[in-house]
Amino acid sequence: MRSDTHVQHDRQTLADCVLEKTSVDVARCNQCGKCSAGCPLANDMDFPPSQIMHLLQLRDFPEFAEMALRSHTIWLCLTCEICYARCPMEIDIPKLMDALRAESLARKKTNPKAKDIIAFHRAFLDSVRYTGRLFEMGQIVDYKIRSRHFLQDLLQAPAMFFKGKLHLFPERIRGRSLLGRIFARTLKSKENRQ
Amino acid sequence: MKTGFYPGCSMKGSAREYSESLLAVAAALGRELPEIPDWNCCGATAAHNLNQDLSLALPARILAAAEKDGMDEVLVPCAACYSRLSVTRYELLQDEDLRQKISGLIETNYRGSAKVLNIIEWLTSIPDLETKIKAPFARRVACYYGCLLVRPAGILKFDRPEEPQSMDQLLKKIGATPLDWAFKTECCGAGFSVSRTDLVAKLSGLILDDAVARGAEAVIVACPMCHLNLDLRRPQIEKRAGKKINIPVIYITQALGLALGIAPKKLGLQRHTVAVKFSQSTEGAANVAQSSGSKTLPGEK
Repeated sequence: MRSDTHVQHDRQTLADCVLEKTSVDVARCNQCGKCSAGCPLANDMDFPPSQIMHLLQLRDFPEFAEMALRSHTIWLCLTCEICYARCPMEIDIPKLMDALRAESLARKKTNPKAKDIIAFHRAFLDSVRYTGRLFEMGQIVDYKIRSRHFLQDLLQAPAMFFKGKLHLFPERIRGRSLLGRIFARTLKSKENRQ
Repeated sequence: MKTGFYPGCSMKGSAREYSESLLAVAAALGRELPEIPDWNCCGATAAHNLNQDLSLALPARILAAAEKDGMDEVLVPCAACYSRLSVTRYELLQDEDLRQKISGLIETNYRGSAKVLNIIEWLTSIPDLETKIKAPFARRVACYYGCLLVRPAGILKFDRPEEPQSMDQLLKKIGATPLDWAFKTECCGAGFSVSRTDLVAKLSGLILDDAVARGAEAVIVACPMCHLNLDLRRPQIEKRAGKKINIPVIYITQALGLALGIAPKKLGLQRHTVAVKFSQSTEGAANVAQSSGSKTLPGEK
């Protein structure tokens, strides 16, 4: 631990970076803990939401910001928005979580425990990128390959198929080339690889 | 006033009964619901979890297509799509620079003229719904709103973020008794259905437990993700809870369809994982509508 806690910042802290990108100011959080009390997955997180706020508030310690970026919490956040609804300071924590996930990906600091969650998101977007809509069957196969969970849900798929809920072929929209351009302009291709 | 319809991907696949029941109800009420031409996926959780610009561009393209087609409002029955479309419209109308940036990405000038409606708003806007009820849905129900139908309240400006009432009021209109319960807006686990089924089983199990403990005969939902987790994931929920949970999960449009006297098969009730049988009755859903048909509502002729 350093003793000179009131140093001038010569580099941008994670809190500054989040403030710039989302206008969410972590300094406004007064650590009341209502977000952690209401969060449905706080028990499963390594840091409940209020502690993530605290890690970012301690601006003089980049190692804490690092812990937030490498946390499991940011990937477990379901964006159910209950924390934001209850926050007395009306801090948009879900938006902060979105920004932290983006930073964590960009800086290649994703938590290994979040591997499956990220694989699922990527499989989802891949499907949308090439057909314009989510093709559930294709996404599941893509996810299985990415996550290596080949046997998961194998027993439920036939039941879904016979109830008419699983299609074997994707629906393709006409505007696929525009969609391809939108993806190319936003998601860097490297970012979408695992 | 032209109202468009954005089905979203789930309603074309795993939640097709939501779409079937909605279109059956719309036909019975004499409402037209043309689909937005060549609509794309809204990006759902995946897009906003990975990239902010993409999470705004995908819904913006949908809304711009609706505008181009002359739609004044768009019905978005999926609560998750409703959230993405509403948040995008709000953010882009708030910030002119962002609106221009996203318009550039989608190669169309997005103006923000088409309003976004959820299923409850659309059903509530139908005048004299009570008078059209042929077979009151006389069941004790737990109205499950989930997260994204009501939050973030500041953007959606729809109902209270916790303890909302609009769906309860609607269910009263069709003859049901909505119960007071604690999990109206607790999260079901949403997009973790495949990647973290264990967490979905935990969260959805708590929701069903409370609904059963309060004496509900059915859980009413207005979101394909909520339905997927509470219905399709029932085997996983039961395995975790170590007990059988029989309570059916029904889309609001299916409950309304039964009350309007539409055949259960047209409403897609046979597509559920958990059989649609009610706790007091051993008869199937087909008989439910008929057996409760003798009761009349005050407004009914």
